Amino acid sequence: MTMLNIGRPTRPEAVDGAAGAHDTLTGGRGLLQDEALIFELDGWDKTGVDLPAAPPADDLGDLVRTAPIGLPGLSEPEAVRHYVRLSQKNHAIDLALYPLGSCTMKHNPRLNEKMARLPGFSDIHPLQPQSTVQGALELMDRLAHWLKTLTGMPAVALTPKAGAHGELCGLLAIRAAHEAAGQGHRKTVLAPTSAHGTNPATAAFVGYTVVEIAQTADGRVDLADLEAKLGDHVAAIMVTNPNTCGLFERDVVEIARLTHAAGAYFYCDGANFNAIVGRVRPGDLGVDAMHINLHKTFSTPHGGGGPGAGPVVLSAALAPFAPTPWIVHGENGYALIEQPEGEARAAFGRMCAFHGQMGMYVRAYAYMLSHGADGLRQVAEDAVLNANYLKARLSDLMSPAFPEGPCMHEALFDDAWLEGTGVTTLDFAKAMIDEGFHPMTMYFPLVVHGAMLIEPTETESKQELDRFVVALRALAGAAKAGEVERFKGAPFHAPLRRLDETLAARKPKLRWRPVADAPLAAE
Amino acid sequence: MRYLPLSPDDRRDMLGVIGVPSIDDLFVDVPAVARRADPVDLPFHAGELEVEREMLALSRRNRSAAEGPFFCGAGAYRHHVPATVDHLIQRSEFLTSYTPYQPEIAQGTLQVLFEFQTQVAALTGMEVANASLYDGSTAAAEAVMMAQRITRKSKAVLSGGVHPHYVGAIETLAHAAGVATQRLAAAVDAEAAVIDAIDADTACVVVQTPNVFGAVTDVSKIAEAAHAAGALLIVVTTEAVSYGLLKSPGEMGADIAVAEGQSIGNGLNFGGPYVGLFACREKFVRQAPGRLCGETVDAEGRRGFVLTLSTREQHIRRDKATSNICTNSGLCALAFSIHMSLLGETGLRQLALINHQKAVALRDALAAIPGVEILTQRFFNEFAIRVPGSATEVVEILAGNGVIGGVPFARLDPAAGLDDVLLVAATETTSDSDIFFFSKVLAKVIAQ
Repeated sequence: MTMLNIGRPTRPEAVDGAAGAHDTLTGGRGLLQDEALIFELDGWDKTGVDLPAAPPADDLGDLVRTAPIGLPGLSEPEAVRHYVRLSQKNHAIDLALYPLGSCTMKHNPRLNEKMARLPGFSDIHPLQPQSTVQGALELMDRLAHWLKTLTGMPAVALTPKAGAHGELCGLLAIRAAHEAAGQGHRKTVLAPTSAHGTNPATAAFVGYTVVEIAQTADGRVDLADLEAKLGDHVAAIMVTNPNTCGLFERDVVEIARLTHAAGAYFYCDGANFNAIVGRVRPGDLGVDAMHINLHKTFSTPHGGGGPGAGPVVLSAALAPFAPTPWIVHGENGYALIEQPEGEARAAFGRMCAFHGQMGMYVRAYAYMLSHGADGLRQVAEDAVLNANYLKARLSDLMSPAFPEGPCMHEALFDDAWLEGTGVTTLDFAKAMIDEGFHPMTMYFPLVVHGAMLIEPTETESKQELDRFVVALRALAGAAKAGEVERFKGAPFHAPLRRLDETLAARKPKLRWRPVADAPLAAE
Repeated sequence: MRYLPLSPDDRRDMLGVIGVPSIDDLFVDVPAVARRADPVDLPFHAGELEVEREMLALSRRNRSAAEGPFFCGAGAYRHHVPATVDHLIQRSEFLTSYTPYQPEIAQGTLQVLFEFQTQVAALTGMEVANASLYDGSTAAAEAVMMAQRITRKSKAVLSGGVHPHYVGAIETLAHAAGVATQRLAAAVDAEAAVIDAIDADTACVVVQTPNVFGAVTDVSKIAEAAHAAGALLIVVTTEAVSYGLLKSPGEMGADIAVAEGQSIGNGLNFGGPYVGLFACREKFVRQAPGRLCGETVDAEGRRGFVLTLSTREQHIRRDKATSNICTNSGLCALAFSIHMSLLGETGLRQLALINHQKAVALRDALAAIPGVEILTQRFFNEFAIRVPGSATEVVEILAGNGVIGGVPFARLDPAAGLDDVLLVAATETTSDSDIFFFSKVLAKVIAQ
């Protein structure tokens, strides 16, 4: 009986057997198994590893833990089943289009995985003598060279571990540069309303006040507003380009000029670099610092939410303030500069314990070599082509937020076309799940009502795009035909129905506990 | 170009549908000065075989840990990872999925995170844990920021036993946010000096156990002193396997426990990606950084999991967020969780004992070498020794003789005046012959 309670319906009528239309008797569905938590599999004494016996650690006396820890174990076959069953409840780029705008869900080449597992990369210690890791340091140096060449920037800080970490790195370099120049009084960062949430969060974290820059009717930075807000108090502007509306900032060179004339730095959020890689160098636009998400543009896997990697390219003015460590190449080969002394005395400090995300560097470098300068240019072109193709094929049914002119690598729609249907952006997204597609980014950017931001990436074939178009057109037709029930309760065919996020936040249950709490129930 | 599905015909047809004659017409918004007619000055595309050849050549110029005796620790540890772990994390649905924003089609990732949070809470002896941070050092830095938010006080006391690179990461974040740090002198028994440094301005005390010299300390007294002063105790651990043998941070009164989780499920990878563990008391959870996964129900009342308490986070709160963190270390957390499930409590305890046993054997072998002094008395799987002269030079000579003989403390903190201190670690991967060979070569190096 306990088995039947695990992860099973908790509504009284369901337990009584009066299951809902989509319930089965056991909770399984088709080939999808209902999988209990590891803590519910009765594995308190089990282990899936064979280890030799060891004597007790008597020398440690009362430092030794005596109480039970509370960790279950699984034999190897049980572990394999548990995790494979769980994996089947995830959508993945390997299964179908994953059109999350701003996230660049592109194909993750398996060659990269194989290369990252070469023992000469995966089984080396960050602190073993540098003479024994010359190949690793050379790889980092070559990756740096590619990043600098692709962006037209003179320096790069490799260590930031994700995009937001890169933003922090860039702003800290900017702050250090201002302080070194006697400009420490500059405490304001300007960012458009359409910015990623990480931009204002990072700026505030560093102690800056964030002031928003207005946007023009065609989705770009309002130059007049920018000019009015620039001044001796501004440390930097943070502008995403291509921006979060999927548009290239036409006036970016002028934005840079005005920013520099006011004595401020231009931080570019490089999350959308995939749209321009190989075709446009941010250095030619006047950018002073930009992070590059290796897990977006350079195909390292997202892994369900990380690990990422966010190297930051820097202008000559900011380069001296880059965080340690960095790599130099001299007569005796490659060396790491790890301490803020000598040529690194102006470094603002250290971002993390070691040298950054080496495993991601290997993957990104293998990807760069595979595509080359010509292939990366084609990446940008195909990414932009795919997005514009979707925009062209959907614009008669859905309302593009900025119909005039081309978009870059993502197509942005608002919810004006859903007006009067009773269907919201959220409903529409959940109904897409039933049709076998992951929804696009919803309700972002904030400047567009009911935003739907679609980024197909260059690794989708025309056939897959057409399949997606067919599904979206069918759904749009259904919404306009008044089939509200198809949307309101969606998804119907996913492993679970719509989840109660309000309940989760109101009564946070963040871990399994040995003595069961009362089952959560929607109120 | 094997990663690009569009054919030239597709491209032409699609441009036709869009209604423009060429791809350049889609880049018209780029200012003319920045339009590049030609590819940048880098090599052109390469086949899989060519790429493999180049990568292999680079990898062969590194001496991997498996090639011979190896004794490095200091925040990254070489452990055996079961084959099952690496196989499972390469499942497409784990490897190539995004942050679980659509919970109905991300229950795999979400349930794993819920299990991971429960495992981390159990290991650290804390009430709740988050879904991971970038690594141990950034987790420590975030913990300091969190303590400042909770206590509204402005100083962090950092024990001299905290890994100097962790101190660096903490100082970067703390100083950016205007939090002062008081770093105490590096010493094997640095924890003894911590209590005297606590005052009314102290937001938190950061101690590490086992500390960077390997010394294991009961920090209960420090917890009492911190709490008496209205400060929080943050306990850092860089070797997560030690949780299998030692008293947990929670048992000793920690308010926040952070750790590097690399030792479980994850390889050395030259320093990253790793996985930061972050656990705290439940009453502080709304001030915690990073993703949190919570249980809920679906529209039919079935149990499910979602990311929750996101009103702390940057995508909702923007400049009022508790931290700017967006990414966690999902796949490394998965590897951690799978390995931990395979170990179970039985396996983890045994693994920890083996690590300690190997380190004791290493200690005994090195202690017998004339000129070597053992500096750390009570340790888990790592300890500090004093060698005559420069530990950096000793390590270089050892490397020339095929032994990766540990980490000179001066590499972590050249200003500490501990040039003769060498940190050495042993794990279950260390064999008796590794220890024998190391001690023979070290004896010879010192005698020269």
